[in-house]
Amino acid sequence: MWKWLHPYAKPERSYQLASTLLPWFSVLSITTLLIGIIWALGFAPVDYQQGESYRIIYVHVPAATLSMSVYMAMATAALVSMVWQLKLADAAAAAMAPIGAVLTTIALITGAAWGKPMWGTWWVWDARLTSELILLFLYLGIIALHNAFDDKVLAGRAAGILTLVGVVNIPIIKYSVEWWNTLHQGATISKLDKPSMSTDMLLPLLVNILGFVLMIGAITLIRFRNEVIARNAMRPWVKELIAKELK
Amino acid sequence: MNQPLSYWQTFSIVLMRDLKVAVRNKGDVFNPLIFFVIVITLFPLGIGPEGNTLTRIAPGIIWVAALLSALLSLERLFKNDYSDGSLEQMLLSPQPLFIMVFAKVLAHWILTGIPIILAAPLLALLLQLETNAYGAMLATLALGTPILSLIGAIGVALTVGIKKGGVLLSLLILPLYIPVLIFATGAIEAAALGLPYSGHLAIIAALLVGALTLAPFAIGAALRVSTN
Repeated sequence: MWKWLHPYAKPERSYQLASTLLPWFSVLSITTLLIGIIWALGFAPVDYQQGESYRIIYVHVPAATLSMSVYMAMATAALVSMVWQLKLADAAAAAMAPIGAVLTTIALITGAAWGKPMWGTWWVWDARLTSELILLFLYLGIIALHNAFDDKVLAGRAAGILTLVGVVNIPIIKYSVEWWNTLHQGATISKLDKPSMSTDMLLPLLVNILGFVLMIGAITLIRFRNEVIARNAMRPWVKELIAKELK
Repeated sequence: MNQPLSYWQTFSIVLMRDLKVAVRNKGDVFNPLIFFVIVITLFPLGIGPEGNTLTRIAPGIIWVAALLSALLSLERLFKNDYSDGSLEQMLLSPQPLFIMVFAKVLAHWILTGIPIILAAPLLALLLQLETNAYGAMLATLALGTPILSLIGAIGVALTVGIKKGGVLLSLLILPLYIPVLIFATGAIEAAALGLPYSGHLAIIAALLVGALTLAPFAIGAALRVSTN
């Protein structure tokens, strides 16, 4: 059943697959994001309470939602690499860590910018802001651990263990922080059946989230290709590839 | 052919060995404790000696100082064994790694956690902690410091092979300490207000049980990576 997957354990095949997928992801993400942002900034109705400033939601919510998803994807890759000893999964996890860190930073900065007009202060020690900040620390720890090893195979395994330890801890941290303090407005679209947001505001948000997903996919593919090339620099197929590029 | 060691024998041999090593290097035991005392002394100097302020922030100060001193003492856990090669011998031995790791972490807790618990009431006195919060403070420290040793050991195991692992270690494990900090200080504050705090203690105990069961596996896996 899973036999079709086996060839992709070879770096060369994965590299080719990533190269084939990359243009699709790039074009689709640029189109979706353009549609989503123009719709969100130009045509979505003004909020009766928060005015125009609510529009930052169209960047803040996708970044915040996906910052956690990227961590989950990384943890899945780490688990795959640990269980099936698949070194390429480590490369994928290594490719995703900085993306997750950047998304978390975007979520924090836009959150602060949104908090200033709404709550009158840049930063409050509110549960979701705090757990986002802790998520950023977890990402930075993983990146730092990854950089501390010279041997990339070892680095990948060590970072994988830390990622899995983090994944056990994330729910605990999230709930402990939530219990500790909460002021944030409730999640806007957590209830799929009945969102607390009108449809003409929600649709551009969903388009933007999709656009972010595709963009993250595209960037992951680029970074994954780089990781694969860097780890296999001495292999004949990489040399051939470079020779072809130089021609 | 020698009789293979039982699990219990393995456990007690590793535990006694670590305790003996520590007793012969007394600085390793006392330095984190002195650090704990000094950090706590710095807060009244930095914040001012008013009793009310100190009473309010005492739980947080005691716990943050406990986290930092645990962090300081953790590096010793595997470092010497790593540099003289005995860690590799442990990994090569037929005994289950889980048990040896568990014994080492327990030794670490006996050497650093228990002194902190013993010193804490004295320092709480200096910080003018509410009288009815002493029980909660001791209970949270007794349940919480083993978690610090267990989670910290994962970080140490990951960084033991790296030359400058110290700063990296704090980056890796301090975020993971946050739940313990929140629930422990929550319990002490609740006790100071005369509220029930058994719920907080139950959660810390649950965290301890979770860490006891899961952490040794993570530590073992990390040690295998570090020793390659």
